[in-house]
Amino acid sequence: MFVRLVYESFRRQTRRKLLVAIAITLGAAVSTAMIGIALGIGDKISRELRTYGANIVVTPEEDSLDVQIGSVNLKPAGGAYLDEAALPRIQGIFWRNNIAAFTPELPVNVQANDREVSLLGTYFEKPLKFGNQAFTTGARRAFPWWKVQGAWPADDSQEVLAGEKLAAQLGLQPGSEIAINGARHPVSGILSTGGAEDEQLVAPLSLAQSLSGKPGAFRRVLVSAITKPEDDFARRNPDTLSPADRDRWYCSPYPQSIAYQLQEAIPHSRAEQIRQIAQNEGKVLSRVEGLMLLITLAALLTSGLAVSAAMATAMFERRTEVGLMKALGAGHLPLSLIFITESALLACGGGLIGFSFGAVLTQKLGRAIFGSEITVQPVLLPVILGIAIAVTFAGSAVAIRRAVKYDPVPALRGEG
Amino acid sequence: MSGPRRGSSTAMYFRMLARAAMLRKGRAAAALTALAVAAAAATAMLNLFVDVQRKLGLEFRNFGANIIVQTKPGQSFSPDTLKQLGSVINGRGLVVPFGYAVARTDRDQAVVVAGTDLALAKKLNPWWEVSAWPQSSGLALAGVRAAKVVSPQGQPFALHYQGRPIQLSVAGTVRTGAGEDSRIYLSLHDFQAWTGLNPTVAEISVYGTPQDVEGMLRTLQQKLPFADVRAVRQVTEGEANVLGKTRSTLLSSTALIVCTAALCVLATLMGWVFDRRRDFAIMKALGASDRLILLFVAGEAGALAVAGAVLGFAAGIGIAAWIGRVNFQAAVSPQFSVFPEVLIGAILVTLLSTLLPLRLLRRIQPAMILRGE
Repeated sequence: MFVRLVYESFRRQTRRKLLVAIAITLGAAVSTAMIGIALGIGDKISRELRTYGANIVVTPEEDSLDVQIGSVNLKPAGGAYLDEAALPRIQGIFWRNNIAAFTPELPVNVQANDREVSLLGTYFEKPLKFGNQAFTTGARRAFPWWKVQGAWPADDSQEVLAGEKLAAQLGLQPGSEIAINGARHPVSGILSTGGAEDEQLVAPLSLAQSLSGKPGAFRRVLVSAITKPEDDFARRNPDTLSPADRDRWYCSPYPQSIAYQLQEAIPHSRAEQIRQIAQNEGKVLSRVEGLMLLITLAALLTSGLAVSAAMATAMFERRTEVGLMKALGAGHLPLSLIFITESALLACGGGLIGFSFGAVLTQKLGRAIFGSEITVQPVLLPVILGIAIAVTFAGSAVAIRRAVKYDPVPALRGEG
Repeated sequence: MSGPRRGSSTAMYFRMLARAAMLRKGRAAAALTALAVAAAAATAMLNLFVDVQRKLGLEFRNFGANIIVQTKPGQSFSPDTLKQLGSVINGRGLVVPFGYAVARTDRDQAVVVAGTDLALAKKLNPWWEVSAWPQSSGLALAGVRAAKVVSPQGQPFALHYQGRPIQLSVAGTVRTGAGEDSRIYLSLHDFQAWTGLNPTVAEISVYGTPQDVEGMLRTLQQKLPFADVRAVRQVTEGEANVLGKTRSTLLSSTALIVCTAALCVLATLMGWVFDRRRDFAIMKALGASDRLILLFVAGEAGALAVAGAVLGFAAGIGIAAWIGRVNFQAAVSPQFSVFPEVLIGAILVTLLSTLLPLRLLRRIQPAMILRGE
């Protein structure tokens, strides 16, 4: 009898039930999408923040002072270098998947068309191998704001890029040739960066090494890593932590712990965060994450209240029905049970459809905005169902209590 | 129709509106809640959307200079040209002059010395990790690497520039992980008195949107033909990218939330109108015209929309301000300009959700409704 009552109520009042179900579905979909976005945005934005380039720099442990003003490097030859053979080991550190790109640098002062200029040796798009893991890294990935008119040089070629200001002064075009220390090298393209490189030559690392007579050496490596905003725990010295805390520190992608691991990977090196990038991206990231979290809270509240209101309306409409059932002798408990069951069914159905709809929506939004999907974890389903049930109950509770207390006579006369 | 009768019919109209709200307090309250919530959500999201660019823009200004002005080789900024630069910026940014020189220590080690307005540099580059800023003449801020070379134990040290010596003490060290670590910073006054050099670089942090920065870049290029003006593309492109993505996310969230809220209002109000078909049937049976009933419902919907929009707008401003304070430590300034949008939206949604079911009801004869069919 109970089941039949509930079933008939759904069958005969399709329009009303549909309105409420739509409200619940929409609420659940938006909640799912918002929670999904709020959880996923940190990862997406920290990837977008890689547009700022490297946030960690690794230099030789015993380094002499840089004597550089703008693009002019006055540093005498000599000083300490790092070994190129150690570079692939960056892909062996604990947080290797958070390393977006890295570029070694070797500055050399050369005579270019009888002028002293700085030449920067680096990787452009270099395939490397660590163990059986192949990967590609270089300036094209680490510095997305570098623009080249013409072509990028290949990493094993003798070609160079000329900074746009230098090119204008020397009258260089893509395809022209330049004399570097007496030997002729093709200029494959003109580089524009908005930085010191605009007045320099940029060449493959191997070429810079042979020009400086330092095979296998580089001066520093710039690492672009996806990090987590630093907090007080991140700033602790790992050597003073307890073993358990130290493991936790080591296994969190703080700029400090990634720098520490890089230092372990490259012998005789010192890794440090580039504070301009590392500090500020942490701040921007936590602001954006905080914003989305608060908006999600507001969205949950909004859809909760809106669904509650729709539910309350639906319940108010059923006074006559309640009156009739009471007149036929229905007690308070079975009456409430009927309505509670109906609400729970609506909430579960709406929540389930809403969740799948919201998950698809989140994926689509992620693809549209960030070019990669934001996946909604299935763990979220019970949470959404729980919220849907709670909200539906909250919306119908007052109405059910009132309905149960109705005097059947005026309700049936339509005077309620 | 004569004057008094018309008056009494207007009075009757309002009495009906008032009684309808009074008699069905619960229903009216539910509808009003739904509307106010929708309006609040729309207001809060629109407020945030308008303001977030400014708020996040301030965060991005922590990345430091976005435009760099450099004099041509062999030239430098005279105090007059710096003043001219300041007047072009005119409070829409921060201009920090830097002068550079290569000095030698007593042991003939080359080190780069920079002279700048230290107070402005502190404002421009909040990411500098500085142990203590120099407060008086004769004190220097040494990069952590430079400090190890010139003054390993923190003792006073001498530097020489073209035979002219200067005696300095380290007030504090600066750590940035970049070129600054190898430099020694002096106040511009000390630097000029010692080397006789004027600043050659002005680092400028222009406030505002990426478009504002672009505009300022062009203005500076026109007004300062003797200098080399360029954007720090690393900073400007990064900001435009992240800001754009954040705004798109916010915009789609706004659309989602406002749509849901509006649809819930629709569901609530449609249910309400259907529920009252008996009232309309009785009104019709008593001789009310379709137009009158339409007017009555529209009036009711309008009143509800206005009340809901005003309540919701106030609540929404509060929510936006709260989010601003919690997340950005600065209140989001209320955007009263979005009120018309919210009000018009509320009225449209209520009219749509009440008049649509009414049209369906008009096709039905009053007798059928009153019989309960």
